[in-house]
Amino acid sequence: MQVYLDNNATTMCDPQVVEVMQPFFSELYGNPGSLHKYGTATHPYLKKAIDQVYTAINASDEDDVIFTSCATESNNWVLKSVFNDLIVNGEKDHIITTEVEHPSVLSTCRWLEEQGVKVTYLPVNEEGIVEAHTVKSFITDKTALVSVMWANNETGMISPIKEIGEICKEKGILFHSDGVQAVGKIPVDLQDVHIDFVSMSAHKFHGPKGIGALYIKNSQALSPLLHGGEQMGERRSGTLNVPYIVGMGKAIELATTDLEEKTAAIRVKRDRLEDALLKLSDTFVVGSRERRTPNTILISIRGVEGEGMLWDLNNSMIGASTGSACASEGLEANSVMLAIGADNELAHTGIRLSLSRFTTDEEIDYTIEQFKKAVTRLRAISSSFAKVQPTVGGEAGECHIPHHMAH
Amino acid sequence: MAKDDLLGASLWDAYSDKVTTLMNNPQHQGEITPEEAESHGNKLIVADFGAESCGDAVRLYWEIDPKTDKIVNSKFKSFGCGTAIASSDVMTELCIGKTVQEAVKITNIDVEFALRDEPDTPAVPPQKMHCSVMAYDVIKKAAGLYLGVNEESFEEEIIVCECARVSLGTIQEVIKLNDLKTVEEITDYTKAGGFCKSCIKPGGHEDREYYLVDILADTRREMDEEKMKAAADAQAEGAGNFEEMTLVQQIKAVDAVIDENVRQFLIMDGGNMEIIDIKKDEDNIDIYIRYIGACNGCASSATGTLYAIESTLKEKLSKKIRVLPI
Ligand SMILES: Cc1ncc(COP(=O)(O)O)c(C=O)c1O
Ligand code: FES
Repeated sequence: MQVYLDNNATTMCDPQVVEVMQPFFSELYGNPGSLHKYGTATHPYLKKAIDQVYTAINASDEDDVIFTSCATESNNWVLKSVFNDLIVNGEKDHIITTEVEHPSVLSTCRWLEEQGVKVTYLPVNEEGIVEAHTVKSFITDKTALVSVMWANNETGMISPIKEIGEICKEKGILFHSDGVQAVGKIPVDLQDVHIDFVSMSAHKFHGPKGIGALYIKNSQALSPLLHGGEQMGERRSGTLNVPYIVGMGKAIELATTDLEEKTAAIRVKRDRLEDALLKLSDTFVVGSRERRTPNTILISIRGVEGEGMLWDLNNSMIGASTGSACASEGLEANSVMLAIGADNELAHTGIRLSLSRFTTDEEIDYTIEQFKKAVTRLRAISSSFAKVQPTVGGEAGECHIPHHMAH
Repeated sequence: MAKDDLLGASLWDAYSDKVTTLMNNPQHQGEITPEEAESHGNKLIVADFGAESCGDAVRLYWEIDPKTDKIVNSKFKSFGCGTAIASSDVMTELCIGKTVQEAVKITNIDVEFALRDEPDTPAVPPQKMHCSVMAYDVIKKAAGLYLGVNEESFEEEIIVCECARVSLGTIQEVIKLNDLKTVEEITDYTKAGGFCKSCIKPGGHEDREYYLVDILADTRREMDEEKMKAAADAQAEGAGNFEEMTLVQQIKAVDAVIDENVRQFLIMDGGNMEIIDIKKDEDNIDIYIRYIGACNGCASSATGTLYAIESTLKEKLSKKIRVLPI
């Protein structure tokens, strides 16, 4: 059996989505910007996709939803254009975000800092959530933008978006939310919450990779990131990616119709998996289930290093993810894990399991069994569970300093 | 960055088969109990290095024959990633059969080498090289415990880059010899900084006492100072330049020549001299001096000694010099 439990990284493209995309490669391949029938033949399908997206997030007809190449582009667009419009060409100088954003927000903010922008990275509580009053306390009359993700990719924790939206509305400050991990997992109703910009990405809800969107409330001003042929009402240039837009429309429709029922089914499996894993001694899961996306578990297993755990799971054909520094290219601990703190342990022992609507009960059973096997094996090797104590003088301190630093 | 780097490295694909095999099935994983060691009449040493909160930790067990100091059995326990477990396993293997004194000579480089499938292909990707460093550290700790000495005493020099085992002295030397200006150049010449990158600058995988950026800056500063000093010395010695020097430089240069060639003789005779002033015009540089102690009033101070001082300065610094005692 093989089990894919890394759906916060990306998802399987739903075969129904692949099917609706198919005609737009070699049959209906016209450029939607052309006057001839080859081009215009695509219009009804694009209109449908646009309707599907508007419906899924309950956008009003006054709002814009602009297709982009990915959420990274959407996030860059908002941050860089707000910088251009309100900071370079305005009186503002400050942006507020959080320590737990995706790198597409964090790295862009670091870059903006190099351009002279003041950026506040808000801390999170022990559940990994930024609290609305914290956001409020950092807003000044120079603040141009607040950017807080809707749900976190590592922990699944859901931000108090509605409250933050109210605060920003009251203060007249632009509010952007990276909605990548929210769309298709929890209700996203843009008439219910006040948000100026929302980023999303199709490959996180069983659509294709390389297509995303940016929601812009009331079609408000935001200078374009990509200049060119002035597609999408001059907001985002580049020949429309017809098959992918059609695919994203289908995917978001499939992901959001009967959202409650679909996610309830995922939640049941997630909870069963989580309950079973928590029966193992010395484990903990980040964040309460109520405030978490229904598909995500971030579990820490004492004595078992994340990359080692991933290795064993991979040997059992289970795909998961870890924030462990050892598993990253640059040996850097995951910033979300560090922001949550948890005694540094999470940074080394955190394993993220993220389900999808395609996850089956059999897969959960198999995962529970293999997970336990891996923990048993690795704990048998682990020094954290060794019985014979070190010779007097042979103990190690909490975190090792280079050996020649001891004197 | 170029074509080969576009996709980034696939971490696990870069592991040698040995690493993979040992991670899946470590041979020397386990514990040795005090009772077990005692029943063989041997001594048990157990040493820890690292901690779970740092991301890796290892506990090393040595059963040592006290008569020969030979490690007759060894086991390990490890909290860490695949390479940490495989490194610990090979380290344990390398220890068995060696005396404690021999075992201390095992370095992380040996451990990594033992994990290779082919002698020329690294066993792990560069950033994982660091996992074997702990193996080396824990051996020294165990040996220190057994021999009753400080583990520091096994280290003859300050190691700046643990992954590549490059010492402070070596790094300073290559910077100077090759006039290196960037950290990348240091890495090219010595491999230091080419692995986990902790030793490059603060904020890496682990805190260190020395960082390549600081060593580079300090050594470059030292080199600049040396250069300036050399230039000053050359100036002081080069007679042609004497005439162009500032007054302060001239006084220093004169003093240096007197120090080297004259003063010792005056002192031997219980005297000394000092420079009072220097006055210049088109044709002459007049150096006003005053004799001190025995020289003051000594007959030759106006003749032989004066002549000696003047001719030395003329020879070393400038033909235009006249020495005038006051
Ligand atoms: C929260 C969050 N934001 C942004 C992104 C980036 O999305 P994309 O891959 O479409 O650029 C991701 C996915 O990796 C994400 O999880
Ligand atoms: S200490 Fe790892 S590269 Fe230098």
